[in-house]
Amino acid sequence: MDERVLEAMKPYFFDIYAVATSEFGYSMGIDAKEALERSRENIASKLDANSEEIIFTSGSTESSNTALKGVTLALKEKKGKHVIVSKIEDFPVLNTAKALERQGFAVTFLDVDSEGFVDLEELKNAITKETALVSIQQGNQEIGTVQDLKAISEVCEEKDVLLHTDATHSFTRLPLNVKELPVDLITMSAHTIHGPRGIGALYIRKDTPITKFMDGGFQEFNLRAGVEDIPSAVGFAKAIELVTEEENRRLKAMRDRVIEKSLSEIPEVTLNGSWEKRLPQNANLTFHYVEGESITLHMDMRGFAVSTGSACFSRSLEASHVIRGIGGDHERAHGSVRFTFGRYNRMEDANAAIEAMSEIVARLREISPLARK
Amino acid sequence: MKFPYSQKVLEHFKNPHNVGQIENPDGKGLEGSPACGDMVAVYIKVNPDTKVIEDIKFESYGCASNIATASIITDLARGKTLDEAKKITWKQASEELGGLPPIKAHCSVLAVEGLRAAIKDYEEKHGLVTEKEPTTEEVIKKRLKHVMNPLTGLDIIRTNLILKTSIEDGVVRVVVDLPANHQFAPAIKEDIMEKLGSLWDVEKVDVVFTA
Repeated sequence: MDERVLEAMKPYFFDIYAVATSEFGYSMGIDAKEALERSRENIASKLDANSEEIIFTSGSTESSNTALKGVTLALKEKKGKHVIVSKIEDFPVLNTAKALERQGFAVTFLDVDSEGFVDLEELKNAITKETALVSIQQGNQEIGTVQDLKAISEVCEEKDVLLHTDATHSFTRLPLNVKELPVDLITMSAHTIHGPRGIGALYIRKDTPITKFMDGGFQEFNLRAGVEDIPSAVGFAKAIELVTEEENRRLKAMRDRVIEKSLSEIPEVTLNGSWEKRLPQNANLTFHYVEGESITLHMDMRGFAVSTGSACFSRSLEASHVIRGIGGDHERAHGSVRFTFGRYNRMEDANAAIEAMSEIVARLREISPLARK
Repeated sequence: MKFPYSQKVLEHFKNPHNVGQIENPDGKGLEGSPACGDMVAVYIKVNPDTKVIEDIKFESYGCASNIATASIITDLARGKTLDEAKKITWKQASEELGGLPPIKAHCSVLAVEGLRAAIKDYEEKHGLVTEKEPTTEEVIKKRLKHVMNPLTGLDIIRTNLILKTSIEDGVVRVVVDLPANHQFAPAIKEDIMEKLGSLWDVEKVDVVFTA
């Protein structure tokens, strides 16, 4: 987390520690409420939305659950019990879709091409009169592929179907404007932009049919019950304010350096996802003939935290559904490594990471029975 | 550093012993498959008179527990007779390493299987296999436990991918619960053929897909 975020949050733990009250409450509660609403406005303005269209949640998982379950519950009688998601969505969307499936919804899991892109024709053909919601992410969590959200939203608008997008990894890193794009619901999170963990938001376009999912009090326009986490909301707004275009360009330069050097300096490397249409902070490459967990462990011993789609790395021992979704086999997932860059990385770090990778991969290939020429 | 691995596992992972190949090995074992997950190759040099393993090396395409287990197990086997080495178990290796995470059992078991396969290869090549075990459905199942299901990274028996197996007059038939055009169908088929085709009394392996 950025220390400036913590500083912005502090007063709402100690000085203005009240829960938000209505404007007829006590002064400290009114101050707290005002801080909450200011944060809401900041988030809304980033999307060019109105603040009444933003609700706070506990993070992207809750935002996506609220979007998918809330809209389908509201529309299952009026419209139908069909939902469309892409195959490479992150777990909040993917597993919510699977949960809906178990409850009797029909779910189409759209295929993606070898770089992770959804096919617009396929999307068009998948939409029926019964389709209540389409959910396609903006940027992929593992391979960084950025979908053509403009084209996707236009298809949905033309077919009169609501569209949700998971922008957890793209919010503030890429432009997203609800006046320009007919997207109806957007999942966002603070944790991906050096904000506090445990807070996210959901954009819900005015008049979108949605049933309350978390029952209780009347907070968040009666769409999400629960005492508002004001320090975190303030922190989220501050985190958004701190992301600059200059920073995004810097992340992109580090990303490009790692991709470029991996491809040119290490033999037998494949880039996963598209280079051109890619999240600025994400690089993901497969280093063939070696296993990802071995790489991440060696990298960790040298002070680098990277991630892999290898089955050996995951809690479930399942290889990455994203790499498999783009047509990769187990071997491709096995040696895939994801680099994510943040505010505190410098170009020297990117260079050092590749130097370390180069050595580690060479060493592991020495002992790999597959790497022999 | 906080890993679910013991210090000993990390040491063996960082600096594995007995790494590499042996030119013209007396016995060679290969377990696992590149399409499906981890892979281990074990090479042995055996004294023809004493049957003592005089040299042993391994190669690994695997995770930390795979590499560490292969390292310790080759240490344990060196200097032992084939009969002694055969008795080395995964449990023994795990104890020597100060414990392995249970979820990683299958990655490390591969190393033990690799050693046993190398010994078996030596015995078969040197006519030491006195009683040949006839291939039964049990034997087939046991072998298929070494074929990974790439969809999950676990073996195809445990993940119920095999609907039926049978053997008649040297012809093995395996029914796989996947469509033939599935992206992993060719890799699984190849792996099954390889695992069963080498059995002494098997002449033909038919892999059948459900659609």
